[in-house]
Amino acid sequence: MAEPAFTQKEEGFRADNGRGEGRTIPGALTEKQRETLEELGREGLLERYRLMYMIRNFEQRSEQAYQQKKIGGFLHLYMGQEALGVGMLGAIGPRDYVVTSYRDHGVALALGLEPGPLMAELFGKETGISRGRGGSMHFFSKEKNFLGGHGIVGGQIPIGLGAAFTARYRAEGQVSLIFFGDGALQQGAFHEAANIASLWELPAIFIIENNRYGMGTSVERSSSVQDLTLKARGYNMEGVQVDGMNLLDCHALMKEAVASRRQNPRPLLVEARTYRFRGHSISDPATYRAREEVESYQRLDPLRQVRGLLEEMGWLNEQEARELEKKVRDEVLAAVRFADESPLPDPAGLGRYVYA
Amino acid sequence: METNHAPRPEETGSRPSAVGAMVEMTMREALNQAMVEEMERDENVFLIGEEVGSYNGAYKVSQGMLERFGSRRVVDAPISENAFTGLGVGAAMTGLRPIVEFMSFNFSLVAFDQIISNAAKTLYMSGGQFNVPMVMRGAGGPAAQVAAQHSHSLEGLFAHFPGLKVVMPSTPADAKGLLKTSIRDDNPVVFIENELLYGVSGPVPAGELLLPLGQAVIRSEGSDVTIIAHSRMNHVLRMALEEFSREGISVELIDPRTIKPLDVETLARSVRKTHRAVIVEEGHRFAGVGAQIADDLYTACFDYLDAPIARVTHTENPTPYASNLEQASLPSVAEVVKAARAVLYRG
Ligand SMILES: Cc1ncc(C[n+]2csc(CCOP(=O)(O)OP(=O)(O)O)c2C)c(N)n1
Ligand SMILES: [Mg+2]
Repeated sequence: MAEPAFTQKEEGFRADNGRGEGRTIPGALTEKQRETLEELGREGLLERYRLMYMIRNFEQRSEQAYQQKKIGGFLHLYMGQEALGVGMLGAIGPRDYVVTSYRDHGVALALGLEPGPLMAELFGKETGISRGRGGSMHFFSKEKNFLGGHGIVGGQIPIGLGAAFTARYRAEGQVSLIFFGDGALQQGAFHEAANIASLWELPAIFIIENNRYGMGTSVERSSSVQDLTLKARGYNMEGVQVDGMNLLDCHALMKEAVASRRQNPRPLLVEARTYRFRGHSISDPATYRAREEVESYQRLDPLRQVRGLLEEMGWLNEQEARELEKKVRDEVLAAVRFADESPLPDPAGLGRYVYA
Repeated sequence: METNHAPRPEETGSRPSAVGAMVEMTMREALNQAMVEEMERDENVFLIGEEVGSYNGAYKVSQGMLERFGSRRVVDAPISENAFTGLGVGAAMTGLRPIVEFMSFNFSLVAFDQIISNAAKTLYMSGGQFNVPMVMRGAGGPAAQVAAQHSHSLEGLFAHFPGLKVVMPSTPADAKGLLKTSIRDDNPVVFIENELLYGVSGPVPAGELLLPLGQAVIRSEGSDVTIIAHSRMNHVLRMALEEFSREGISVELIDPRTIKPLDVETLARSVRKTHRAVIVEEGHRFAGVGAQIADDLYTACFDYLDAPIARVTHTENPTPYASNLEQASLPSVAEVVKAARAVLYRG
C-alpha cells in the first residue's frame, strides 16, 4: 500500500504557516482571515483577547497557588493553546456539546465560565464548579453543556460521541466538539468512535490539539503518520489541518464546520497544530524539548498575535490594552480570593453525588 | 457507607405493583417485554449493542424490537464495546436513557474504562451535575463449555465501585420487574442476565411490574440454615431443595436479586433465625461477592452465628473447557449440601 506523502516531513512543523515572527500584520492576512476579522469586528476580537488573557492569567495564578500548596494533585496547563480553545469555542452555539481531557482550564474559561468557581475547584472548595470533588482535571458545567474534563487519555472521546448521538437522535441541530491530544489519537477509543461517527453520520467534531507531545513522547515517536488528518481517511471522514496558534483560522474553521454540520450531520477530524508552553503538568520541567524549539513557539504566542492585530487595526491602544488586562487580572485575583475564602467541603457530605 | 446497602422497602414505599393474573413466559420473553414496555413509555429509551437489531439479538432477547421501533431506537453497533458503552454514557449525560447490550458480559471488559471511569464516576466528579441513567445488560456467568474467556462472573468487579448498581435476576418475573426499574433508575445499572436461564419459564404477573432494587427475596422458608445464592445458582438450588430435605436439612433459600444495593437486613434477619449461613456464587472465591456478604453478616449478626459462615464458589482457576473439569470448578448442589451439613456440624 502506498503511504501518502508526508507533507509535514519536508516543511517541518511550522505553526506559523510561514508568517514569520508571530506578528500578524493585517496586510499579510489572507483573504479568508480578513473576512474573519471583519466578521468578528472590534468587539468580537476584543472579547476573544480578553478570554485568552484570562486563561493565561488564571493559569499563572494557579501555578503560584500550586507552589503555595493551595492546589494539589495534577495541574496541566493550557498556556500556549489559548487561540485554539477560544477560537473554536467562540464559533459554536450555546446548546452545542463540548468535552475535553484533563487539560481543561482553557476550555472551561473559553466557554465563558466564571473564574471564581473554577479556581475554587482547584483549591478543593465546596464552591468549586464540581464542588471540590473533581479538581483541575474534572471541570464540568451542565449549564454550558460542558461534559467535562476527563483523566483517562482518550476516555472522553466516546462520551462526546454519545452527545453527538443525542443531537442526531433528537434532530435538534447541535454538534459535539471533542477535544483530545495527539497522544490520545492513538487510543482505540478514538478509532472506534471515529468509525461509528462516520458510519452513522453523527455531528461529532474530533479536534486533535496537537501540541507535539504526549508527556515526553513526540508525535514523531508516537504516530505512524505525521499528518494526523490522514487518520480520517480510513473512516471516510473529512480531515483538516489548522494553525492552532492562530485565532482567526481556528474561528473560521469551526464556524464553517459547525454551520454545515447543523444542516447535514457528519463528523470531522481537525488537527490543530499548537504548542504547550509549560511542561506536561506542573511537575514536568520538559527537558525533552530543546530551548530553541520552545522559543520558536513563544515567538508565536497567540496572545501576542491577537494583541498585535488589535493594535495594528487601531482597535486597541497601549493604554486601553493595559486597562483591559488589569481588569482581567483583578478578576482573577478576586477569583483567588474567593477560592481562598471559600469553605472546604464538609466531610459529612462524602457520600453525596455517589448516586442520583 | 450506607449507600452500598438498600433502603428498607418501608422507607422507599415501593412494593411489587402487580396484582392479579399470571402469565407463563421465559426469562428471554420477560426481558423483551420489559424493554418494549419501557421504550413504548419513554421516547428517550433506546437499545444499542451488537446484533440487537436485524439479527434480533445474539440470544434473541431483543426479538422483534427493530421491527417495532426502527433503527433509530434499536441500534446495531459495530464490535466496538468501548465506544458504544461510552456513547451510552454521553447520551445519558445529555438526556437520553440508553440500554447498552453486551452480547455477553465477557466483552464488557474492553469497555471497562467507560463503565468505571465514566459511567460510575461522572456524577461524583461533576459535583452532582451529570447523572448517568443507563442500563448495561447482557448475558453473564459461565455458560456451558465455553472456556475461560467466555465464563466470567464479573458482578464482584462491578459491585466494587461506588456509583454503580448491580442487578442479577434469577426468575422471569424478577427479570421483568427489575429491568423496568433499572431503566427508570437515574444511575448506571449493570444488569447481568444468565445465558443458561434465558429459556427457563416462570409465572410473570400480567400488567405493569416494577420491583425495587435492593430487595432480597426468600425463595423458601426454613429453620436450619440460610443459603444465599444469586442468579443461576439460586435457580439451581431452588430446583434442588428436595435434596436438602432428604438430608433432613430445613433450608431458608434467599436470592439477593441485587448485588448492589445489597439487602443486608433481609439476609441478617434470616441468619438471626437459623444461626447458620452458606453463601454460594459462580464467581471465584477471592474477593468474591460472598466475601462481602459474609463480612456484612458477621458485622450484623456475629453473636447469632453458631458456626463460621461457609462459602461455595468457583475454584481458583480459569474456567476450563473439558466438561468434567468445568463441573469440578463450578459450585454444585452436592457441595452446597456438604457445606450446609458442615455448618450444622453434621460433618
Ligand atoms: C489511558 C491513560 N494512559 C496514560 C495516562 C497518563 N497520561 C496522562 S496525560 C498523558 C499524555 C497525553 O498526551 P496528549 O494526548 O498529547 O495530550 P496533552 O497532555 O499533550 O494535552 C499520559 C500518557 C492516562 N492518563 N491515561
Ligand atoms: Mg499532546
